[in-house]
Amino acid sequence: MWERIGAMVFKELRQMVRDPGTIAMMLFFPIIQLVIFGVAINNDPRHLPLAVEANDHSAMTRAIVSGLRATSYFDVIELTGQHGEGERLIAEGTAQFVLTIPSDLSRDLVRGIRPQLLLTVDATDPASTGPAIAAVNEAVAQALARELRGPLAPRAQTPPPVDLVLHRSYNPEGITSHNTVPGLLAIILSMTMVALTAMSVTREEEQGTMENLLATPLRPIEVMVGKIVPYFLIGLVQVVVILAAALLLFKVPFVGSPVLLLAVTLVFTLVCLALGFTMSTLVSSQVQSMQASMFYLMPSILLSGFAFPYRGMPVPIQWLAEILPPTHYIRLVRGIMLKGWDLRLALPETGVLLGMLVLLTVIAVRRYRDTVG
Amino acid sequence: MSEAPAIAVRGLTKRFGNRTVVDHVDLTVQPGRICGFLGPNGSGKTTTLRMICGLLIPDEGEGEVLGLDLLTRRRAIKHQIGYMTQKFGLFSDLSIAENLEFIARVYRLDNRAQRVAEALERLGLASRSTQLAGKLSGGWKQRLALAAAVLHEPKILLLDEPTAGVDPQARREFWDQIHALARDGMTVLVSTHYMDEAERCHKMAYIAYGVMLARGTCPEVIAASGLRALQGEGPGADRLAAEIEGREGVDMAAPFGTSLHVCGPDLAALRRAVAPYEDRIRFTESEPSLEDVFIHLMRHATDNSVVEA
Repeated sequence: MWERIGAMVFKELRQMVRDPGTIAMMLFFPIIQLVIFGVAINNDPRHLPLAVEANDHSAMTRAIVSGLRATSYFDVIELTGQHGEGERLIAEGTAQFVLTIPSDLSRDLVRGIRPQLLLTVDATDPASTGPAIAAVNEAVAQALARELRGPLAPRAQTPPPVDLVLHRSYNPEGITSHNTVPGLLAIILSMTMVALTAMSVTREEEQGTMENLLATPLRPIEVMVGKIVPYFLIGLVQVVVILAAALLLFKVPFVGSPVLLLAVTLVFTLVCLALGFTMSTLVSSQVQSMQASMFYLMPSILLSGFAFPYRGMPVPIQWLAEILPPTHYIRLVRGIMLKGWDLRLALPETGVLLGMLVLLTVIAVRRYRDTVG
Repeated sequence: MSEAPAIAVRGLTKRFGNRTVVDHVDLTVQPGRICGFLGPNGSGKTTTLRMICGLLIPDEGEGEVLGLDLLTRRRAIKHQIGYMTQKFGLFSDLSIAENLEFIARVYRLDNRAQRVAEALERLGLASRSTQLAGKLSGGWKQRLALAAAVLHEPKILLLDEPTAGVDPQARREFWDQIHALARDGMTVLVSTHYMDEAERCHKMAYIAYGVMLARGTCPEVIAASGLRALQGEGPGADRLAAEIEGREGVDMAAPFGTSLHVCGPDLAALRRAVAPYEDRIRFTESEPSLEDVFIHLMRHATDNSVVEA
């Protein structure tokens, strides 16, 4: 019996070694996972962009700004004081926080009137902002405690010398599903569109039907488009289902334009299909195309900003995430649904997706041949 | 022959890496003729067929298919060629009728429903048209594949080992069908390993290791080989094969039942080689078979396929 089991084991090992895809899966997956979970994922992100709109150019203000810098939670952007600039930065996503310091901060402090500091937060991803908000409170209190000395010392006692008013934009109640459900749109489309297209082409090759197809007058582009259209329709159905669930079940707010969302979704779906098609020209079996889709899907879920905050990842990992189409699409969906992005705000990310679409289509068309072998 | 050939290729060459799979092959097939394409496994038959139907682009050579340039008019050629792949190339998860309908759509045939119905009728599958193609037995799959390949009434039919693994009766019916198609003017190029099938072709071409070694009708090919053969009958004749094959003047010796078949290029030398056994075994001259000729040709061809393998 042991010899026979041994024979099986030996045969399996030999086959395993012959299949580079499986070896790669076994070796790279743990490494990638170690890197992602060990290094890239950070639920307490630092160096978040915080804009300070200082209307009071006093020592107090300078103390607050340097105090914020010292926390390591923030990369402080100082604004010129033009009104509305802060809101714009938050809408674009350039800044995640805007701290507005009133013009009479110093005067009010001296008079003992508790001045109001306004902290506007992009709360689309509520999980990532919690610790940072606490850090603002802490930093402001400490900075003022240092400044309020001598006769002003009693001002630093309770109640705190300033009143920090928190304004959570886009997701005032801090509901996590408002952030994750739009992101799901990207993940579900990636999961199904890429894998299904990749497999539908390799299936033809594996089963020997491709040779028959190619011997007919079908042009490569006709085969490609013909294969993609049904999956595209499935993708549209998925979009409708997810959006319906998002709006009706999860009550995710939809501030922006549905037409714009549909348009960028169209682009993203095409990117997924083109990617799947390109993948299928690089692999030779259905198993391999499955593995290739996995290689794509895992970083897409973990690095795109879907599961973990993008800003919490080290910069090299952020570059990697930029290559992944879902990263851009997730920003678009959240931007349009939660922040009400218009075409102008959506243009940069859409442009990236369009660029990817062109690139992938060119590669797919160039690699897909109407000849065999 | 006044009529232009249906297939005329010259110097067709295909390389994969540093291995030449098809090496300067010339092939001419007249319209309405059945040309058998023979050769050992891996000799380049499939590759040649693929080049003729536009699935592969030759590295060298030129030719016309139905008067259309092989290199520049691949698409136009595809419209008029029917190609039956070696492996069943239809969709096993579609029904018989759905497969035919798909082919009819791809070729943009008119009266689609009628053509499909007629094809099903001819096949004798009308009552089973909703059955999945993948569930058919080998013989039926092959008939369906043929029906699909000729649905658009091509002028040329290319068949790649169409009868591999099919029982003798189905093979016989298949060949009757091929002859009927040729009678109606279709030109057929069929690759095969079976000698009896080769004999059913109007002409044949023998290719080994990518090189065309013989061409012509069956008697022409046998005559051109210059082979002579002896048939040995007597006690233990069949067991002498290995011993006799090693002797000078003998190309090959093979047992056939209880008798021994010996052949070589020179009759006198053959006689000398078998002389020591003539006390027990009676040798008479016989006709060399097509198989003798092909094995002889193959042994004398230089095997370039071993280089990479």
